[in-house]
Amino acid sequence: MQIDDPRVEGERTRSMTTKSASNVAVTSTSRTLSLSMSALLGLFVVGFVGFSHMDVVHNAAHDSRHSLAFPCH
Amino acid sequence: MSLFRNIVFTAVVAGLLSGLLLTAMQSFSTIPLIMEAETFEGAGDPVAAGEGLSAAQPSVPAALEVEEEAWMPADGAERLIYTAGANMLAGIGFGLVLLSIAEALGGIRGWRRGLLLGIASFVTVSLAPGLGLPPELPGMPAAELGPRQVWWMASVVSTGLALGLLAYTRSAGLAALAIVLLIAPHLVGAPLPVSHDTAVPHELHARFVNAVYATNLVFWAVLGASAALLRERFRSGEDVVVANSDRVAVP
Repeated sequence: MQIDDPRVEGERTRSMTTKSASNVAVTSTSRTLSLSMSALLGLFVVGFVGFSHMDVVHNAAHDSRHSLAFPCH
Repeated sequence: MSLFRNIVFTAVVAGLLSGLLLTAMQSFSTIPLIMEAETFEGAGDPVAAGEGLSAAQPSVPAALEVEEEAWMPADGAERLIYTAGANMLAGIGFGLVLLSIAEALGGIRGWRRGLLLGIASFVTVSLAPGLGLPPELPGMPAAELGPRQVWWMASVVSTGLALGLLAYTRSAGLAALAIVLLIAPHLVGAPLPVSHDTAVPHELHARFVNAVYATNLVFWAVLGASAALLRERFRSGEDVVVANSDRVAVP
């Protein structure tokens, strides 16, 4: 996951310094990218805690999985 | 990527907070019931250890059958710590998804809006899948894990889309689509076990289901409200255009 993509970072910096219409569009692209990445990261974390089939993860998160009503066992 | 960083930070703090609170609530509600149910699990009982489980899970992968061999936390403090860790991670993960979606739909300003989003998330993530797959205690028969996980995810996505359509659109056609999406997972039906026979008393299960819904409702309400409050605090470095529109909207 490219969190600190220098290209995107550069675009964002430019859009902050000059507020032309084209840069507002760049801001919105960077916004979409940020939100997609944070949503994906969240899904990954929830998937790991609630859905991973690895025994060790299942055993560690056992009571949490049952209590959050994830399908378990 | 200050927006990404701020959302992650907000979700981490809100997730830690709500996960800790959830663990505190579980420690005297759901966890004692799980422990009690485990005493019925495979303790030489013909129903639980025999036809009930084996008939319900005909093709459990070998990896799950040997789970007694795998590491597990020792009962007591260690087990509770891992439960707390899992709860906090779940809080962070759910918080990230909730904040990302809320931000894409125009922001999550004010605790009241956060509270509503939290309760909507409870309906989406706890209540809707629970209609088909009620919270399970250990030792209770269930269909194969894979199909249940797929149905769980499908019902969450479907219910979430439906609530989103109802809340954020105004056309009657889309409202009708939302109702179809709300009902569809339950028309398809969750994967059910072959037999519902279990040694776990029904009364114990009923208390567990109530405890799960009550604790999850509080968890989601706190996660939503705290995420909204913290989101307002952590906006540093975000794009000028967005920051300005935010300031106008906050009363």
